[in-house]
Amino acid sequence: MEMIKVEDLAFEYIRRDEDGNVESINRAIDGVTIDVKKGDFVAILGANGSGKSTLAKHINAILYPTEGIVWVNGMDTKDDKNLWDIRQTAGMVFQNPDNQIIATVVEEDVGFGPENLGIPSKEIWERVEKSLEAVGMLEYRTHSPNKLSGGQKQRVAIAGIMAMKPACIVLDEPTAMLDPDGRKEVISTVRTLNKKEKVTVLLITHHMDEVIYADRVIVMNEGHVVMQGTPKEIFSRVDEVKSYRLDVPQVTELAYELTKAGLNLPEGILSVEEFVTALNQLSR
Amino acid sequence: MQIIFDKINYVYSSGTAFERHAIKDINLTIHKGEFVGLIGHTGSGKSTLIQHMNGLIKATSGHIYFNGLDIYDQDYKLRELRSKVGLVFQYPEHQLFETSVFKDVNYGPKNLGLDKLEAEVRTYEALKMVGIGEELWDASPFELSGGQKRRVAIAGILAMKPEVLILDEPTAGLDPRGRDDILEQISVLHKESGMTIILVTHSMEDVANYVDRILVMNQGSLVMDEPTKTVFSRYKELEQMHLAAPQVTYIMNALKQEGFHVATDITTVNEAKLEILKELKK
Repeated sequence: MEMIKVEDLAFEYIRRDEDGNVESINRAIDGVTIDVKKGDFVAILGANGSGKSTLAKHINAILYPTEGIVWVNGMDTKDDKNLWDIRQTAGMVFQNPDNQIIATVVEEDVGFGPENLGIPSKEIWERVEKSLEAVGMLEYRTHSPNKLSGGQKQRVAIAGIMAMKPACIVLDEPTAMLDPDGRKEVISTVRTLNKKEKVTVLLITHHMDEVIYADRVIVMNEGHVVMQGTPKEIFSRVDEVKSYRLDVPQVTELAYELTKAGLNLPEGILSVEEFVTALNQLSR
Repeated sequence: MQIIFDKINYVYSSGTAFERHAIKDINLTIHKGEFVGLIGHTGSGKSTLIQHMNGLIKATSGHIYFNGLDIYDQDYKLRELRSKVGLVFQYPEHQLFETSVFKDVNYGPKNLGLDKLEAEVRTYEALKMVGIGEELWDASPFELSGGQKRRVAIAGILAMKPEVLILDEPTAGLDPRGRDDILEQISVLHKESGMTIILVTHSMEDVANYVDRILVMNQGSLVMDEPTKTVFSRYKELEQMHLAAPQVTYIMNALKQEGFHVATDITTVNEAKLEILKELKK
C-alpha cells in the first residue's frame, strides 16, 4: 500500500505583473511519478532549483498540482475536504529550527500541535512525553528551547510533528544549518522513528552521507526524476550523480578514484567498513 | 601581523541573570595573506569571535590590533576598519535589497564616498571576481539561483576592497556543485589578490580541502590553532567537542589498524588515493 503516490505531477510558478498579466511561467516540476510505500525511508537529492522542495510542499497540500495527481494515504490533495486529514497524515520539518519553535518551554512547544487538533489534555501530555522520548529529548522537557543546540532544537521540532501522530514525515533539508554532531543527532533520530515507530520518511538533503541509510534514493534535476534506486545503485554511478551538481560520499569517491587507477574494487562502496574489507581482500 | 587578539574576553548581558562568558582569554595572530579555517560546534563562540574582528562587538577586556593599531583607541576610526575587514554573514543573500544585481553590489562602494566612476569600476571587478557574468547585471537579484544570490552578496563586500574577508558559513544550504563553485572562487581570489581569508564552517571536508591553518573554538576558548593536518590528526579530541575529521581521515586510520602501512594525517581524497596506491604497489 502506498503512503504517497504522485502521478504525472507538474507544477508551474506563474508570475504576474501589477495588472495581473502573466509575466513568466516557470515549470518547477514536470512529469514526476513517484510511489512511496508505507514504512519506507526515501531520500530525495537534487541541486538548488531542481524542484525537490516544490515536490515536498505538494505532499501536505501547501501547493496543489498544476497537472497530475498527488495522493497521500489514498487521499487526493486537490480535494479541499481532505486538507486537514492530509496535514495530519504528513508532517513537515523545515531547514531552520528557529522558525519552527514557538513556545518558551520545550514540552509546551511539542504540545502545541495536538492541542490545536482538539485532543483532550490528558492525551496531549501522554503524546508529548512519548514524542520527546522518541527523539531523545525527554530530559529537556521543562527547558527553554532557546538554550538548546541546533540539533536539539531540530529534534524538538520533530517531536512537535510526532505528537500529531503523522503516518509520514517530510523533512526538507533538516540538517543544513547544523554542526556535524547536530546532523548526526537528527539523522539517527529520523532513522529510529522510521525503524521503531514505522513512520514513513521522505528526507530531502544536500548531504550525501545522510542518504546512505535510505531504502531508496530519488534524484531530481530540472523538475524531473532522473535517477531512482538503492543508495548503492545510485552511488555506483559517480559521474552521472556529479553531472546533476551533486556529489558522492568521500569513501565512495575514493574507491571510485582507485578503481580508475586500476584497482579492482566493488562498485558503490558506502561505508568505511566496506572500504577496509574490500581493500583487505584485494591485498591478500 | 595583520590582526592581533590580546587576551580578549567577552561577556554577554554582564551583571544580569543571563550573564554568559562567550569568549574567554583569546590570544590570536592572523598574518597578511593567510587562508584560515575557523571551526567549532554551534554556540562555541565562532560568530562572536569574528564580530570582534571588524569592531561590531567590543571586547569586555583585552586589546585588538589591526595593522599595528589598537582598534579600541579613542582616535581609531572604526568606520575605516569596517571597510578593511569585510564580514559576510550567514545567508548573506537575505540582505540583498536593490532592484538590480549591479546596483546592489554598487551600494557599498558608493557609500564609501568614492566618486561614481571608481565605485562602478569596483563593482565591475567584484562581480567578475565572483563569476557573475554581465548578462545578469541588470537582473533583479531575487531572480537568481541560491548560489548566484550568495555570490552577488559576497561581491557586495568585495567591492569595498577589504584587506581581510571573513565568511560565516558561505556554503550552508547550497548544493554540492554550488558549494564547490563558491569555495573554488574564494580560493582563486585568495591566490590572485593575496587577501587574508577567514572561513567559518561546519564542513570539515571544506576546510580540509582549502585552508592551511585551523582555529578550533570550544565553549568560548580557542583550544587548537595548528596546521590543518595536525588538527585533524587529533580527531578524537575533535569528537569530544562535537566536531569530526573528514571521512578520509577515518578511512586511513581504519586501514592503519588493519595493518596497512599508510600515513594517517590525510585529509583529502586525492592524498588518500596516492597513499593507498603507494602502499599497494610495494
